[in-house]
Amino acid sequence: MYPDPQVANFITESFVPYRAHVKEQPEAFERFDVQWTPTVAIRDAAGTERHRFEGYLPVPDFMAQLRLGLAHAARLRGDWADAERRYRELAEDSSAGEVAPEALYWTGVSKYKGTGDPSALAETAGNFKTRFTDSPWAKKASVWAQ
Amino acid sequence: MEIQWQRDIEAAQREASQTGKPLLLDFTAAPL
Repeated sequence: MYPDPQVANFITESFVPYRAHVKEQPEAFERFDVQWTPTVAIRDAAGTERHRFEGYLPVPDFMAQLRLGLAHAARLRGDWADAERRYRELAEDSSAGEVAPEALYWTGVSKYKGTGDPSALAETAGNFKTRFTDSPWAKKASVWAQ
Repeated sequence: MEIQWQRDIEAAQREASQTGKPLLLDFTAAPL
């Protein structure tokens, strides 16, 4: 994925990139409890891990995982507006693949947390009645339906 | 554009702290 210009530009603009090789930095694998390659972890600027995924992914899925990690980081630092925007963009992106249902779920959560308006959750549950209907995230959101 | 990978985790964490950017940690077994 990394030679792809879209991936390289996005990583350079959005992250401080660090790479460890299993034979050259085995201590890093132990320190971060990495059991398999490739593993990608996203940590916020304070050093707290916010997202991790293992295994090769094609470029569109890899990009979606990186964007999901940035959205999680925004949500977990309490920046609800930034999180909602990032999740919504992913949920509405046809290239986001299997990440999109999760992004839709967290769009509703972020909007609710940012506004205190529970209708954001009901709206999300309503969206799952027509989109990603078979996903686990639709089941999780079903409890919000009015 | 080629990614300029940090190989020193402490330096990478300092840069993240100074810039506010999150860290992307890539753990690989592929030939470098």
